[in-house]
Amino acid sequence: MDIKKSAVAGTLESSDCMVTVEPGRGQVDLDLDSVVIRQYGKQIRKVIYDTLKRLDVNDVKLTVVDKGALDCTIKARVECAVYRSNDITGNLPWGGAIK
Amino acid sequence: MNPNLKRLRRSMMFLNCQKPGLIKDPYVYGPDSIMLDLEDAVAEREKDAARYSLYHALQEIDYRGVERVVRINGLDSDLWEEDVRCSVAGGCDAIRIPKTETAEDVLRVEAAVVAAEKEFGIEEGRTLIMAALESAKGVLNALPICEASPRLFGIALSGGDYTKDLQTSISGTGVELMGARQHMIIAARAAGKQCFDTVYTNLNDMDGFRKDVETIHTMGFDGKSIINPRQIPIVHDIYTPKPKEIIFAEKVVREIDTKKAMGIGVFTVDGKMIDIAFYDGAKRTIALAKASGVYKGDL
Repeated sequence: MDIKKSAVAGTLESSDCMVTVEPGRGQVDLDLDSVVIRQYGKQIRKVIYDTLKRLDVNDVKLTVVDKGALDCTIKARVECAVYRSNDITGNLPWGGAIK
Repeated sequence: MNPNLKRLRRSMMFLNCQKPGLIKDPYVYGPDSIMLDLEDAVAEREKDAARYSLYHALQEIDYRGVERVVRINGLDSDLWEEDVRCSVAGGCDAIRIPKTETAEDVLRVEAAVVAAEKEFGIEEGRTLIMAALESAKGVLNALPICEASPRLFGIALSGGDYTKDLQTSISGTGVELMGARQHMIIAARAAGKQCFDTVYTNLNDMDGFRKDVETIHTMGFDGKSIINPRQIPIVHDIYTPKPKEIIFAEKVVREIDTKKAMGIGVFTVDGKMIDIAFYDGAKRTIALAKASGVYKGDL
């Protein structure tokens, strides 16, 4: 999936994360800031990259500010930002690309 | 038949799907059911975001046996069908239909649920339905709504919108809700369904809340919608049969079983006249005590 325009999902509240996607420069470019980066930085990156892979997003500039979100919340925010960048809100692939 | 149709639902706690911090671990408070809200609590521009959070929460969080009901957006919106797809795909236990006014409303949602179960490979009949009645018309149609679908386990009063429709407001006395409560519990029982009361929104008045729960418990309601974990212990306390009631119910069941075999129809237990009409009530008390974890007997 292409990133057609900038889009944001999530908040800076505790247990949440804010994800911003922008059109990339031919690759996945991730800027991660997390309150738990020392303990969970690797795991958070893995969740983000796995989610992008399922969505078939290979070209994106991604900024994530994490406030202690669970994996399920990180996935949800990344997916939401990507689909928002494409203005897709209906007939979503639950259980497919969204997993 | 889905075994969850008649499960224990004393406390049904609303949670806003827009807030990850709220939906990540509500089971620690011990409600019987949670109602994951996609409707009123979610801001219009966050409706899509709430769905992704809901789907992954349903898929990945172990709610430890707490029933997971999803309140979808109203049938007058363009959101509810995707809400149903997302909820069913995630594996929710039930869908709560807001602003239900007719049996046809239930049938529309039922059709969408059936289609979603098929689309996502969910066992047919797994997803139950409940209907919230929020208007005079909805309350008057309580019986046909209850009878609309075998998936529908119960109806719930939504007092805020209902009183607006009556052109009054919540007074705290319950007077304005009396007619709806009485009508709904009668309709639900006539159809063999459960019935749930509206939320009590004043969290600073726990005495008023207790009185409210005592009233609906006496009326026969199965439980109450709640908005805060502090309300759970009060509801459970009122709905848990007291030792005296359990002992009496046990005696009634045993005596009726014994006397029936002897051909005796009417007798006394602890000075009270008892006949077969008391049997089902006594059995219900035992079942509720068992479900509440306070009965260790052999009935």
